[in-house]
Amino acid sequence: MKGEGLRKYAGVVLIALILALLPRFVPSYAAFELTFVGAYAIGILGLSILTGASGQISLGHGALFAIGGYTVAILGQKLGVPYWVSLPLATIAGGIVGLGLGLVALRLEGIYLALATFALAVATPSTLKHFRSLTGGSQGIVLAPLAVPGPFHGLLTSEQWLYYVTWVLAGALFFATSVALSGRLGRSLRALRDNEVAAVSFGINPQRYKTLAFAWSAAYAGLAGAIVAIATAFVSPDTYSVALSLSLVTGAVLGGLGTLWGALLGGVIVEFLPLLVQKVNPAAPSVVYGVALILFMIFLPGGIGRAIQSGLNSLRLRRETNHART
Amino acid sequence: MHVRNRSLAATLAACFALSIGIGIHAPALADEPGVSATEILLGGLHPYSGPASAYAAIGKGALAYFSYVNDKGGVHGRKITYKDLDDAYSPPQAIQLTKQLVEQDHVFAMFDTLGTPSCSAIRPYLNDNGVPQLFVATGASTWGSDSAKYPWTIGWQPDYQSEAIVYAHYLLKEDSNPKIAVLYQNDDYGDDYMAGLKFGLGAKASAIIKTAAYEVTDPSVSSQIAALKSSGADTLFIFATPKFSIQALVAAAQQSWHARIFLNSVSASQTILGAATKAGGVDATKGVISTQYLKDPSEPKWDGDSGMKLYREIMAKYLPGADTNNGFFTYGMAVAYTMVDTLEHAGKNPTRKTLMDAAIHLSERDNPFVLPGIIVHTTPKDRFPIDQQQLARYDGARFSSFGSLISGRGR
Repeated sequence: MKGEGLRKYAGVVLIALILALLPRFVPSYAAFELTFVGAYAIGILGLSILTGASGQISLGHGALFAIGGYTVAILGQKLGVPYWVSLPLATIAGGIVGLGLGLVALRLEGIYLALATFALAVATPSTLKHFRSLTGGSQGIVLAPLAVPGPFHGLLTSEQWLYYVTWVLAGALFFATSVALSGRLGRSLRALRDNEVAAVSFGINPQRYKTLAFAWSAAYAGLAGAIVAIATAFVSPDTYSVALSLSLVTGAVLGGLGTLWGALLGGVIVEFLPLLVQKVNPAAPSVVYGVALILFMIFLPGGIGRAIQSGLNSLRLRRETNHART
Repeated sequence: MHVRNRSLAATLAACFALSIGIGIHAPALADEPGVSATEILLGGLHPYSGPASAYAAIGKGALAYFSYVNDKGGVHGRKITYKDLDDAYSPPQAIQLTKQLVEQDHVFAMFDTLGTPSCSAIRPYLNDNGVPQLFVATGASTWGSDSAKYPWTIGWQPDYQSEAIVYAHYLLKEDSNPKIAVLYQNDDYGDDYMAGLKFGLGAKASAIIKTAAYEVTDPSVSSQIAALKSSGADTLFIFATPKFSIQALVAAAQQSWHARIFLNSVSASQTILGAATKAGGVDATKGVISTQYLKDPSEPKWDGDSGMKLYREIMAKYLPGADTNNGFFTYGMAVAYTMVDTLEHAGKNPTRKTLMDAAIHLSERDNPFVLPGIIVHTTPKDRFPIDQQQLARYDGARFSSFGSLISGRGR
């Protein structure tokens, strides 16, 4: 079983190596696109905690992206706060808003929670336009370009620097999430999701854990939104339309809710699916999204992540059976 | 054992995933990006999907005109390739696609990117890298007025503020004491029109007794129209994109509100007023006033016009089956004409610098798709290529122009 542990991390190490070396071999703009993959993956990881582990649905994560994005934009524009300070603040801001949402969510279940969060996503652009003096209204805010810090100056482009920051953060969060979800916290959330009455009788406090899941998930979304805003160097209300929330959910479902790898795949899907769909039918990406969602719900409810996993599992089973026969 | 396979699967999946969309590309061999002995490569962004997808016709019209020019030999012997991508009106997508176009495809310049949010998002990047951002398809005034900060960017169409000023001046001439209601889109585009209207009304700005905003995601604007009607206004300004303009015109007719209506030029095409007439009857559109700067393909008076004949010829050959009455196609061809004109003046061996230089020294008197008399004109100090407009009135079937050309920027 010792080898198991090594192999367990082999995949992770391999991916980390690939990600670390990639910017050497791909053009700067490709690193730029992969930064978005990382940011979306962090956001979807948050959705995965909320929906996958805790069983609460959010169609409004785009609003939390807006909280993160506008936090760095406003702090930078009004107070000149540097990104290394505003990035954690954006994460905290997302978490605080999520805490509030979590309290509301306690009173709503299933479809009602989905509708309430959907309403939040719909209201986001108008709300941002309303507080004009703070948010710059519909004109949006142009963010300062990201500067490469001293030691890396000349070694990395600004795009590559943001790429590394994003993926180091993503790696840390994926690791932390995996630890937390496999421990007491994850067990409690899953117990509440599967049977609340049984979980409560075991002494799990549903209010506490459900609210915590919302805040936790929202903090990730806040961070992801902040990264997207820094990469785009521009925030405007129309960036955070309903379409963003829906594409995050689409990515989470297609990638595979409730698995960490599914969240990573989800990030890839949110970033590259529109580009692929554009080649298939430029007029109707949302139709393709919808059809893909329905087909996945019917044929691959676990998403791509689960499908690959179970495919490999059955391969292994066959191999082992053959092995046992000989 | 379960764990091993899970991580193996994940590794494979991630490798597969990362391989999508990544490729190593050789840098361009020519000295100037996007210019080879036989080709000039331009990049563009239009919303082929999403709520603003009606505007995609502009990109298609421009592409059709470039194809026509290419079939006639191109510009200085080079064919124009126009790589036009779908940004779905989303700034994060716009900046990614722009970097791709500049760094992977090595476009010579960006041409006719559409929408204020997207154009604002990509403007700093293009200016930092000295890539011309030519003739953006938005009527915000910033494209012409912020040239000190963004010297590589220039607009094309008349800006929304000056259009609203034209309406205000005309209205005050007709009626010294109007009661005005305004429907506007709740974004920078609506804001620009509102600012222009207030500026144009000047001391009479208090004549605006009621305003109502809508969001692009709203399903309908009939409740806004009802609220505006109840104010008792006798004049309605519609600063709205096509879909909402149709809804507003129809709702006003259905609620028997017989106001004097001004409709922004963004929505003043035959396709849109035809649809409103069909849905709401002649009452919905009769007497609607707007401005034009392009030849309206549905106006019979242009039937014998050589520019319109050319337009129809190009439509038939390069966009067969498309609705020739859709003025957005005309827009696309007209702006592409200016682009070709600019390329011709940028010299036999154009650079980004000579191209930009040509773009700020335009004096184009013969654009076949804009109204006769309009000169597409720029100087290093005046970066508003089109600043003349023509008032026109819809009679329930088509637009007829009245009065003479007005320059909106005489302020």
